[in-house]
Amino acid sequence: MKEDIAALDTFPKLLMHHARVRGDRPAMREKDLGIWQTWTWRELADEVRALACALAELGLKRGEHFALVGDNRPRLYATLAAGQCLGAIPVPLYQDAVATEMAFPIQNASIAIAFAEDQEQVDKLIEIQPGCPTLARIIYDDPRGMRHYAHDRLVPYDKLLEQGRARMKAEPGFVDAEIAKGSGADRAAMFFTSGTTGVAKGVVHTNTSLIEPSRVAAELEKLGEDDVILAYLPPAWIGQNIFSCAQAYVAGYCISCPESAETVMTDMREIGPTYYFAPPRVLENLLTQVSIRMEDASSPKRWLYRKFMGVANRVGGAILDGQPVGGFDRALYALGDLLVYGPLRNVLGMSRVKVGYTAGEAIGPDLFKFYRSIGINMKQLYGSTETAVFVCIQPNGQVKPDTVGPAVPGVELRFTPGRELVVRSPGLFREYYKNPQATSEVKDAEGWFHTGDAGYFDADGHVKIIDRVKDVGALADGTLFAPKYLENKLKFFPYVREAVCFGHGKDHVCAFINIDPEAVGNWAEKRHMPYSGYVDLASREEVHALIRECVEQVNADLAQEPEIANSQIKRFLILHKELDADDEELTRTRKVRRRFIGEKYGTLVNALYDGSPSVHVEAQVRYEDGRTGKISADLRIAEAKTFAPAAARRAA
Amino acid sequence: MSLAFGGVKALSDVSFDVRKHEVRAIIGPNGAGKSSMLNVLNGVYHPQKGRITFKGKTFGDMDPHEAASLGIARTFQNIALFKGMSVLDNVMTGRNLKMRATFLEQALWLGRARREEHAHRRSAEEIIDFLEIQHVRKTPVGRLPYGLQKRVELARALAAEPELLLLDEPMAGMNLEEKQDMCRFVLDVNDHYGTTLVLIEHDMGVVMDISQRVVVLDYGRKIADGTPEEVRHDRKVIDAYLGVAHA
Repeated sequence: MKEDIAALDTFPKLLMHHARVRGDRPAMREKDLGIWQTWTWRELADEVRALACALAELGLKRGEHFALVGDNRPRLYATLAAGQCLGAIPVPLYQDAVATEMAFPIQNASIAIAFAEDQEQVDKLIEIQPGCPTLARIIYDDPRGMRHYAHDRLVPYDKLLEQGRARMKAEPGFVDAEIAKGSGADRAAMFFTSGTTGVAKGVVHTNTSLIEPSRVAAELEKLGEDDVILAYLPPAWIGQNIFSCAQAYVAGYCISCPESAETVMTDMREIGPTYYFAPPRVLENLLTQVSIRMEDASSPKRWLYRKFMGVANRVGGAILDGQPVGGFDRALYALGDLLVYGPLRNVLGMSRVKVGYTAGEAIGPDLFKFYRSIGINMKQLYGSTETAVFVCIQPNGQVKPDTVGPAVPGVELRFTPGRELVVRSPGLFREYYKNPQATSEVKDAEGWFHTGDAGYFDADGHVKIIDRVKDVGALADGTLFAPKYLENKLKFFPYVREAVCFGHGKDHVCAFINIDPEAVGNWAEKRHMPYSGYVDLASREEVHALIRECVEQVNADLAQEPEIANSQIKRFLILHKELDADDEELTRTRKVRRRFIGEKYGTLVNALYDGSPSVHVEAQVRYEDGRTGKISADLRIAEAKTFAPAAARRAA
Repeated sequence: MSLAFGGVKALSDVSFDVRKHEVRAIIGPNGAGKSSMLNVLNGVYHPQKGRITFKGKTFGDMDPHEAASLGIARTFQNIALFKGMSVLDNVMTGRNLKMRATFLEQALWLGRARREEHAHRRSAEEIIDFLEIQHVRKTPVGRLPYGLQKRVELARALAAEPELLLLDEPMAGMNLEEKQDMCRFVLDVNDHYGTTLVLIEHDMGVVMDISQRVVVLDYGRKIADGTPEEVRHDRKVIDAYLGVAHA
């Protein structure tokens, strides 16, 4: 059995293995026309084989790259696997990218064939085609809206499949022969990461570097063929590929594709996934929605909720961790489970979740605790595109809100004197495509990958990440300035969606804040404050006061930590527009591009530091179709109260 | 067409044609008789004088049931959906005339009823997909915002697979974004299904942009008929909307 597993060293081989061993089990599900349609492993393998033949006819060769852009659809994954059968390398792109963003990866990897989900993606590809002379063929799935398009370059998926089936009849052994030529060391996929600074880089992963960590993590969590995951995150993101593709191929569980982005919540309730990943932002939104709806509930229900959430807060986490809890409390919790937590898990769609991960950025301790207290096994993990995700995972029973856990088996890690985390593991990427300089900057001669994240080990040997190494700075007086740490503390408030802190080399810390339109909008409505849109809401005095309270609470917290007590936030302003990935202010995974923002809003930063009470701003924005426009507003700047640092602990 | 309610002459000698596959708009100031015209075409009102010729057959007046089976469907200005039923069920009611299974067959869920239900469900879902209302498929219609209700109304009309679709102020009460969406759907319907559309609309922008020919009514009379460009510059039309000083 062991050698069997070792022989399955590529994704196509794993696929064919499942088709043989569990051919009738569901491999993929999609909600189409209101009904969940299922592909079994055998059906998927069959379609993949036919597609592989068709792609070979289109001219796709071993070692070539091909692009995929669209939402999670079985056909996208089938095309991905089909290309891999031929030894070609899939390059998934972000479906919400603007056309120009898609041009670089296609040029960089000389891509000739692209799979586009629908008219929107086809339009973008057609738009950039003049700058991408290698792009010859666009396969599309949903034909809606494209009836009048010139079809010389476009290939409908159904036609492709038909051609493939015909070739398969003529040459039945072709695909299996191609699959046999592949091996673990072959490149399996390439992911472009834009990162929080600089130009995009193609992260090259081999079959082994994706399969190994997937296997280790799947074994850790005991994932098997009965598990189900909802694939709702962008296919271009490494996490989506690992959780909903690589691990599914390793463990043989079912990947469910929701109908659309708007129906994810309903679909999740219908599917009841057992394995779940959500970035902290999504978890936050879910909790905000629950809280908003609770506020509208009748008072007996609100009383029940308050009382039992109190119980959950006290003992829920402990019960989940398997720690000793008194009999009376257990009985109370069981009652709460029946009345509150069970229905709540159901509404969230998480009734069957046996392990839920969150990662990508720090999560508020209250938020994290909330999910665990109602019985959802939410855990943190740490990794990146370059490490095929799994570097650290919190094991069951050792889950803490402020760490990311110990190293995953097989991963070596340590901290440099400069507090940077360096990693060595079988899941490391091979290189940045056509960029040996960038590769050598992060991967040293002994194979250690410099993550760029700063942190330290806590008392239990768990890794604690505080910020990006290059962002960790110091104030003028030498106090440690970790902007992300401060920003996270601000973002833990539901009213704050995003925050950007400045302070390196300065006398004190100042911040930009984005309000959360839903939470603040709701707050405003409850107080009968009318407002006409985001800009108006963000400029109201009452909202400013609300945010000031949040800032002051953060300052009070910071005053308790002697090393950073001096980095309390002295002044702040509320931005008139939400920071947006389309305006290059955030990455596609919603991380803040601090340097870019600092430059773009330079006048605002200056106003914060020169004591002005307000500042006028004019900014350029990019609309979803790529056009640009201008927004202007007057922003109020406020002082926030700061607190004296708690008395330094006396030496023992 | 002439239609009178007692002394009120709703329509006086109004004649116009509608070509297959075109988008025809009927415009005019309030009270001009536009909705009455639509109601006559649909069979809700019976005109005192006039004939309707549809696909070669001529009728003195129309019966709503007849109109529906001929392939004429319509939407209502004030939304005539079943507020307590879900969106999906409302759209399915549009398939009513196409259901052949008898009451007994449906009650006992026998072969023909089952097959039909699947086929009708499929076609209803395709329309739901087409008009992008999947996310509210199971929601009772009464709970939806106005703009979405209008879309469900359109979906139900489409479910009957009409050849002629009469839209009574489909953009009424919508903001700019909703209007743009609705315009897109209306054009999509015309393009994808090939349906002929007659729409009553007050928003001149919409009329100018999406219709191919326009009929203008005023006080129950036709005062202009032509392309949007011709009609926009017609003196009589401008006077009707802006008013004329009476010496």
